[in-house]
Amino acid sequence: MSDLKELYQDTILDHNKNPRNFHKMPDATLSLEGYNPLCGDHLFLYVKLDNDVITDVSFEGSGCAISKSSASLMTTVLKGKRVDEAISLFEKFHDLITSPMDKQPNTDGLGKLAVFSGVREFPARIKCAGLAWHTLKSALEGDQRTISTEQ
Amino acid sequence: MTAVVPQVDQPVFLDVDSVREDFPILKEHVHGKPLIYFDNGATSQKPIPVIEAMHRYYLQENSNIHRGVHLLSTQATIAYEQARSKVKSFINAGSENEVVFVRGTTEAINLVAQTYGRQNVKSGDEIILTAMEHHSNIVPWQLLAKQNGATIKVVPMTDQGELIIDEYEKMFTPRTRLVAVVHVSNSLGTVNPVHHMVEIAHRHGVPVLVDGAQAVQHMPVDMRAMQCDFYAFSAHKMYGPTGVGILYGREELLQDMPPYQGGGDMIRSVSFEETTFNELPYKFEAGTPNISGGIAFDATIDYVNQIGMHRIMAYENALMRYATESLLNIPGLRIIGTAKTKASVISFVLDGVHPHDVGTFLDLEGIAIRTGHHCTQPVMTFFGIPATSRVSLALYNKKEEIDVLVEALHKVRKTFG
Ligand SMILES: Cc1ncc(COP(=O)(O)O)c(C=O)c1O
Repeated sequence: MSDLKELYQDTILDHNKNPRNFHKMPDATLSLEGYNPLCGDHLFLYVKLDNDVITDVSFEGSGCAISKSSASLMTTVLKGKRVDEAISLFEKFHDLITSPMDKQPNTDGLGKLAVFSGVREFPARIKCAGLAWHTLKSALEGDQRTISTEQ
Repeated sequence: MTAVVPQVDQPVFLDVDSVREDFPILKEHVHGKPLIYFDNGATSQKPIPVIEAMHRYYLQENSNIHRGVHLLSTQATIAYEQARSKVKSFINAGSENEVVFVRGTTEAINLVAQTYGRQNVKSGDEIILTAMEHHSNIVPWQLLAKQNGATIKVVPMTDQGELIIDEYEKMFTPRTRLVAVVHVSNSLGTVNPVHHMVEIAHRHGVPVLVDGAQAVQHMPVDMRAMQCDFYAFSAHKMYGPTGVGILYGREELLQDMPPYQGGGDMIRSVSFEETTFNELPYKFEAGTPNISGGIAFDATIDYVNQIGMHRIMAYENALMRYATESLLNIPGLRIIGTAKTKASVISFVLDGVHPHDVGTFLDLEGIAIRTGHHCTQPVMTFFGIPATSRVSLALYNKKEEIDVLVEALHKVRKTFG
């Protein structure tokens, strides 16, 4: 039975209330806007790159607790990662939140991002958790458009 | 007694517990909690007589209409046409010719845009909409405006969510061809003064389409009193089946409009050289319609009439007052849409908590509400918010459910606050 604590874990509530790296970055290498029209989640992601390595990440915007805490947690795990490592993390995270309910969620290599494993029980919220990550992936892959979770 | 006593509103009584017995789904559990259904603006639940009418049709009566000589087809045709008469009386239309069966409000509006609109709205002409329209009363007009080079003007509203009628009045020009206005706003609850707005438009010789999707289930509507030219609504929001809706159109206008879709039923005779179209209302009803839905809609109107629209309205208004007062006791809760005359809808935002989180939290408590922009993005933009949480009431909701909601919202604040 899905319950509240499974979705809104304390870490999520904490990052929602006190988002980390929550500011503009004027000297960012990449910046991109992410938008989820269904619930109006709207964020701006900033990434600083040194060659192939992410040296800083921040974000701004407004959204629900799931999208905001997901963006916040994401920014805390990316510093020092190579672009290909970040993309592979995106894929693992994506698999985690979209994995079928009849399988154990695979949290290998996800560390504290595993707190989002409860999201898969709430199909309406998967897009919220994925917004920051989709925006990141598009930014790293050089996409200049606003990223919308509604294709 | 000869003294003239002013008419006082009789207190009306609605036995909500017995009404609830008619809606078996209300006994369901969601996430282990008893279902509390406050998403009636999206679609209402259906009472047993409506479900049974549909069931019976497929079990015993199924047949196509308007084409067979055999008994079942004749009976199905009679039943379907009886539903049309029922709708005619329900909205007090002038005749059955003015009642066109469609899929829903959306299709009704698109029909008018692509027939009446295509024919009468030309390059440089103007269409008046309002700031609180549902996307389905915006987009069809934008499509038309693009096709024919017309412009759209928007009646502004106040911070309470009331249309500014003085501004509306000033918008008419010799190029104004149509007004399209929502009767009851699905995101604000505002009941618009449509009678008055029709009167103003007619003074300028301009016809009016009224979107009644959120009105017909909450108040009596009377086409001959309102004098609007088109009125659109959906059965599924008034305790009826999905996939059935009504376009009411004034007969003189319908008469001159070109058909919407081509096919069977809408023709009188067809050759490869020429086709003559069927009479009203069949001209607008190409192909096999939602027969079971039409027949179930007949049962829907019987059900609503048997309770009585005035009784429903009085009950819901009292419940709405209770809900509004209870919700306003929650610290940090702000109601979006505070018009003087409202029906059913209470949209709100809670300080520091995103509506989407409110929605999921309440869902886990068994409470179904709608969160988001409610297909009225311009309304959200106007109020500078991404979304609201919306409670929309129906005749089977009760005070005890409001109390559970209020308690849950206190918990929401504690969790996210
Ligand atoms: C005011 C209003 N207009 C139009 C519609 C569209 O109705 P339907 O989806 O039944 O066509 C709705 C339904 O959400 C509505 O609330």
